[in-house]
Amino acid sequence: MADDLLLDIKGLVIEATAYPPGEPPKEVTLVHGVDLQLQRGRVLGLIGESGAGKSTIGLSAMAYGRGGVRLTGGTIRLNGREIRTAGPQALRALRGKEVTYVSQSAAASFNPAKRLMEQVIETSLSHGIMGKAEAEARARALFRKLGLPNPDTFGERYPHQVSGGQLQRAMTAMALCPKPDLVIFDEPTTALDVTTQIDVLAAIKEAIRDTQVAALYITHDLAVVAQVADDIMVLRHGRMVELGTTDQIINAPREDYTRALVSVRSLEHAEKTPAPPVLQVANVTARYRGTNFDVLKNVSIDLPAGQTLAVVGESGSGKSTLARAITGLLPPTSGRITFAGRVLSNDVKGRSKDDLREIQMIYQMADTAMNPRQTVGTIIGRPLEFYFGLKGAERDRRVQELLDQIEMGKGFAQRYPAELSGGQKQRVCIARALAAKPKLIICDEVTSALDPLVADGILKLLLNLQAESHVAYLFITHDLATVRAISDKIAVMFKGAVVRYGQKSDVLAPPYDDYTDLLLSSVPEMELGWLERVIEHRRMASAGN
Amino acid sequence: MRIPFSALVGMVLTGGFLFIAVFAHFIAPYPIDAPVGGVWESPSASFWLGTDTIGRDILSRLIYGAQITIFVALASSVLAFSLGSFLGFLAAVKGGWVDQLLSRAVDLVMAIPALIVALVLLSVLPLNLTVLILVMGVLDSTRVFRLSRAVAADIAVMDYVEAAKLRGEKGNWVIFREILPNALSPLVAEFGLRFIFAVLFISTLSFLGLGVQPPLADWGGMVKENKDGLIYGKSAALLPAGAIAALAISVNLVADWILTRTSSLKGGRGG
Repeated sequence: MADDLLLDIKGLVIEATAYPPGEPPKEVTLVHGVDLQLQRGRVLGLIGESGAGKSTIGLSAMAYGRGGVRLTGGTIRLNGREIRTAGPQALRALRGKEVTYVSQSAAASFNPAKRLMEQVIETSLSHGIMGKAEAEARARALFRKLGLPNPDTFGERYPHQVSGGQLQRAMTAMALCPKPDLVIFDEPTTALDVTTQIDVLAAIKEAIRDTQVAALYITHDLAVVAQVADDIMVLRHGRMVELGTTDQIINAPREDYTRALVSVRSLEHAEKTPAPPVLQVANVTARYRGTNFDVLKNVSIDLPAGQTLAVVGESGSGKSTLARAITGLLPPTSGRITFAGRVLSNDVKGRSKDDLREIQMIYQMADTAMNPRQTVGTIIGRPLEFYFGLKGAERDRRVQELLDQIEMGKGFAQRYPAELSGGQKQRVCIARALAAKPKLIICDEVTSALDPLVADGILKLLLNLQAESHVAYLFITHDLATVRAISDKIAVMFKGAVVRYGQKSDVLAPPYDDYTDLLLSSVPEMELGWLERVIEHRRMASAGN
Repeated sequence: MRIPFSALVGMVLTGGFLFIAVFAHFIAPYPIDAPVGGVWESPSASFWLGTDTIGRDILSRLIYGAQITIFVALASSVLAFSLGSFLGFLAAVKGGWVDQLLSRAVDLVMAIPALIVALVLLSVLPLNLTVLILVMGVLDSTRVFRLSRAVAADIAVMDYVEAAKLRGEKGNWVIFREILPNALSPLVAEFGLRFIFAVLFISTLSFLGLGVQPPLADWGGMVKENKDGLIYGKSAALLPAGAIAALAISVNLVADWILTRTSSLKGGRGG
């Protein structure tokens, strides 16, 4: 077995200089002595939350530190050679030849001015691994293996002429073309839509198996890594938590933290019975000014008071546009929106203060949803002052009450958003919405930028708040696990129209329409062999048609 | 926080100029407009920098000149910033025809060289400090408008501005509480640069005879009064010219430092 050892990392220490706001720069240790072994032809999944050091460790396999990150200790042996201390010349020979890399955003990694083929074979040529004809033949074979359309002419296209999922596969071809020993996959499917992700995932898995290459697969999504990896290493705060075979990690996790990660999507929520609606959207059609294309097509939905309607769909399906129409930021061209018994003005400018107060919004990116120059106290206090005229001590007391409600406690009112963690920021946004005492909160992908465990906490908080204050949620998401966890009713959107709508139990039960079936079957599940089953199911379905 | 040497020099010099300008009456050895010596005397113990074309003490006039030059430049810059940034923010927030109207009007003014517009206006209007400041301030505000509109347009699309609009906040809150605090860093750096241009502009106008009027002293006017001396090898005109250069460079050093320090902060406290 010793001959098969490709990558051997021992006691890896990685440091960087941090620049905290308002303080002098300081040295921080990102990775505290991690050991990692990888045999030829094996796939190791590196998993953890953001800040766990998974990408940093992954990149160290080619002795690279991103943006001021320094590999300061330990040994990294690749093919038996020490590479941590190797000079630039040796590293240049190594990268792109023995080790290649697939990044999260292919769209940002390809040069838009060059054809795909030129970029895919570039490293093979520059390292003198093969001649141009041979490289192009290999690239075309890889395109075919990765299931790209028209593999013989695919390379003639420019990056903007192919879809995001195809580009991600082209990048995989680029990484595999020079016949490397090791490929680092850094969240290769995270930026893709759920229905696209599954194709890319299947293509990557097949390509890895066929080329017998070893891979480090970095992701935050345990269900995804379970489909491709042989072994999984769970990381947290730059330390290893647990290492085991995929089967053992998924089915018999030893550590508490791994157990929490595995069970993260098991939050269940009993559906409430139908009730009279607080929000009625009737036949709403909308388009952006200056365009002649309807982004919302005849949308009709009802949302009962104190319940949750999940709006599901891929990017571009019009779910966020629906939110903009309801808030009046994008006035519908036809249709009617009724709220709490009164018809709302189409334009936000025509709405009364109470109309505005009773519909609040929480955004996907808490970072940009809060003014970085205002303290938490100001952010939460302003709606109190604006809607209820609260001032001084009375306002401060209410701000603290709200902070207690979102489980943050004392000492946060004076902080600035930059001094909060991602989950805390989203909580403050929730508190700001609650401060207005709304009847409806529109949640636009509120958990999709958060780590799974943090997202779980936010969902639990939202459910508790609903039980306490009887607020209704319009919950926009692309994540079906979240939908199961929180919704009473579901509307599935596709290309601006609602294709399926009803109580949760009805929508999530067969018979499905084609799109809902595709969407539901694309959500990775935390079990081995799920990917193969879905691909098989698709094959059967398309054969049946 | 470590302040680089160049910025330190700039700050000390700028501070020195400001001190001299504020306390001119106590520092200047002679009155501003009294012939106290011979014509174009060389520097001596009683006249440290010599005398000018009609025998006035150059040092004293430089000191009083600092007061007027800096006052006029500062006042017109403040005017330019108040006007330019308010309209710029307004255009960015309102968009639509408000933006179009303001932006095209600014284009129109900027299409004609500022110096020519100023010369025409100042030839028609009564010549006093108020008019001078108004003309310079309004002309300079076009450039501030451009910058603040661009900065504010970046900020106006942030979710927190949308959240404020959804809350029902009026334009004033959106502009002064949501946008202004986040636009401040680039604007502060720009203020330093615009101030220098204002110094150069007032000096130019005075040199051409349309700026500060005698018997008041300002640096551009002093260059004009004494320029004939250069032919006879008298250096009197070089001293105010040197003062203009020294002030411009020292303020620039500080502005440069602010710019590099805040550009990474643009849009947030982190980074």
